[in-house]
Amino acid sequence: MKPGTRSIIDVDNLTASYGENVIFRDVSFQVFKGEILVILGGSGCGKSTLLKHMFGLNRPASGRVLINGIDVSTNDENELAHLRRNIGVLFQSGALFGSMTLAENVSLPLETYTDLPLEMIERIVRMKLSLVGLAGYENYLPSELSGGMKKRAGLARAMALDPTVLFFDEPSAGLDPITSAGLDNLMKKINRGLGTTMVVVTHELDSIFSIADRVIMLDKDSKSIIATGDPRDLKESSQDPRVRNFFLRNPEGK
Amino acid sequence: MKLENPIDDCQVSCAEKDGNDLLLSISGSLSLPNLLSVKSRFQSIMSERNPGKITLDLADITYVDSAGVLSLLQLELNAARKSIPVYFVNVSAEARNIMDLIDRSTVLDKSTPVEKNELTPFEQVGEASLKVAEDFTSITIFLGDLLLALSQALLHPAGIRWKDFFFYVKRAGVDGLPIVALLSFLLGLIIAFMSSLQLKQFGANVYVASLVGFGMVRELGPILTAIIIAGRSGSAFAAEIGTMKVNEEVDALVTMGFNPTRFLALPKVLAAMLVVPILTLYSDVFGILGGLMVGVMGFDLTAFSYLQQTVKSIDIFDVVTSLVKSVLFAVLIAGIGCQRGFRVKGGAESVGLYTTSAVVAGLFLIIIADSLFAIILYYVH
Ligand SMILES: Nc1ncnc2c1ncn2[C@@H]1O[C@H](COP(=O)(O)OP(=O)(O)O)[C@@H](O)[C@H]1O
Ligand SMILES: [Mg+2]
Repeated sequence: MKPGTRSIIDVDNLTASYGENVIFRDVSFQVFKGEILVILGGSGCGKSTLLKHMFGLNRPASGRVLINGIDVSTNDENELAHLRRNIGVLFQSGALFGSMTLAENVSLPLETYTDLPLEMIERIVRMKLSLVGLAGYENYLPSELSGGMKKRAGLARAMALDPTVLFFDEPSAGLDPITSAGLDNLMKKINRGLGTTMVVVTHELDSIFSIADRVIMLDKDSKSIIATGDPRDLKESSQDPRVRNFFLRNPEGK
Repeated sequence: MKLENPIDDCQVSCAEKDGNDLLLSISGSLSLPNLLSVKSRFQSIMSERNPGKITLDLADITYVDSAGVLSLLQLELNAARKSIPVYFVNVSAEARNIMDLIDRSTVLDKSTPVEKNELTPFEQVGEASLKVAEDFTSITIFLGDLLLALSQALLHPAGIRWKDFFFYVKRAGVDGLPIVALLSFLLGLIIAFMSSLQLKQFGANVYVASLVGFGMVRELGPILTAIIIAGRSGSAFAAEIGTMKVNEEVDALVTMGFNPTRFLALPKVLAAMLVVPILTLYSDVFGILGGLMVGVMGFDLTAFSYLQQTVKSIDIFDVVTSLVKSVLFAVLIAGIGCQRGFRVKGGAESVGLYTTSAVVAGLFLIIIADSLFAIILYYVH
């Protein structure tokens, strides 16, 4: 499916701060339905912070984030339930619950948010695990899995309720290049197959070129977005030295 | 909070084509919130109509997700069991993509993955015994390690992590003082009150002071302090080291060439060895003050005569042995706390388990050590 041009997430003049410390100011952009948007930028420039604001874990200092037209920091129970069903988050190390098996991890949101009978939940869990290549691992505990498998299991849990948007914070951190490329392929497969919109924070240039439909680049000093667009175009033709340096792996200022 | 019923729900309309050919048209949103109703609709159609062939028209589906596609595949499988062919028509690109994504053989076949086999009672007994033996070995090894670290620390005091040591002196000692003082005061008060009820009958009120003083110094001060420290600090030590274990910080220490016992456990144990005796002395004093309050306010003793009687009843030997005992308690509590922490493996749950175990084992060891001490003192004195 080709990414559409209908926006699914609207970030509207968002300012984020921890106490007095403003991380970025008046950031606005959109995420389009079905695309993979990658957030770039040097360490500490606020990529994770932006992501947390996008799925409503942090409250904005000013501005707002809308997903499907719903403000993510709403207090309305119905809207929140709708939001939670529509977003999934893959945390850095998977954030699987260590005391539960993979099947229990994935079925937790299904059991909580639906009335489906157990047999059907089991089937959905099996489908999700096989989607991420972990069929047969239902009864494993997270501690019995490798890093890459944990991430994939985390992805299966994030996808339990068939969300329309998935968020990833540095999905390939701590993975070897092969495993990391495998995860990229999996993300692309799910994006193309299920039409799930994805917002990804990553540093890996290979990943960026293989998955990103579009990137936005944050900058620490200007506390704002300094570039938006197709990564290939940015690499070839950006006039901004900060952007070119990133793609050419040039340390700042050289 | 359940998923709210979506605005667009899912309709399954059913028409007979020629003979017992069934045409099912699905419209609306074929997705997780509608799954239950769609599924029961399919089931009732299958059982009522008993079709010879099913054609599914997916033209009017507005939204479909993987759970929805799963329900279609499930229908296909159920029909196939009764040898009814199923055809999909007007399949949208989205639905086609999802169908391609789902690996039918792994999702739909009935064989559930093998459960991890349960242990027989016989094996469970064996497992438990092995665990006790393992626990014992690991405690012994740790104790040896700790004693080695302690003796090395005495020879080379510069090698001790003094900053950590003072941190734990404050945490376990200074911060624990108010609760030790309060509980000891109340304990002294209660003992004085209870014993005076008996002693009054003989007009021996002044011996309340002896009872409180003797009892606090010999037994209650050290025990009460040890119990409080086990709950406050033994658990904290276990949780702290356990979390470091989970975060692979302990592994990092080992690879950098540090001895985790010396690096993590020693400052805690040394700090406990310093503060527990001091807290014990405080506990004795506040216990006696509690008794004094009852004596002065309830039984018309003067503070002077109360204290005089107290001093008369306490022997310096008792004070010293109680301090020696409290040093031993400190080593046991802090040692077992650290040892339990090092035993953590896995995740958060394991940290909780071993923190609890640190307190329980700490209390157990205190009681055992106290009994042994009482027996030894009986023969020594
Ligand atoms: N919970 C927090 N409290 C205070 N400051 C924080 C917190 N999280 C992040 N920061 C600060 O915000 C800045 C951006 O952090 P982060 O969003 O994690 O950056 P990135 O993910 O791009 O590396 C950093 O300077 C960091 O120190
Ligand atoms: Mg980050």
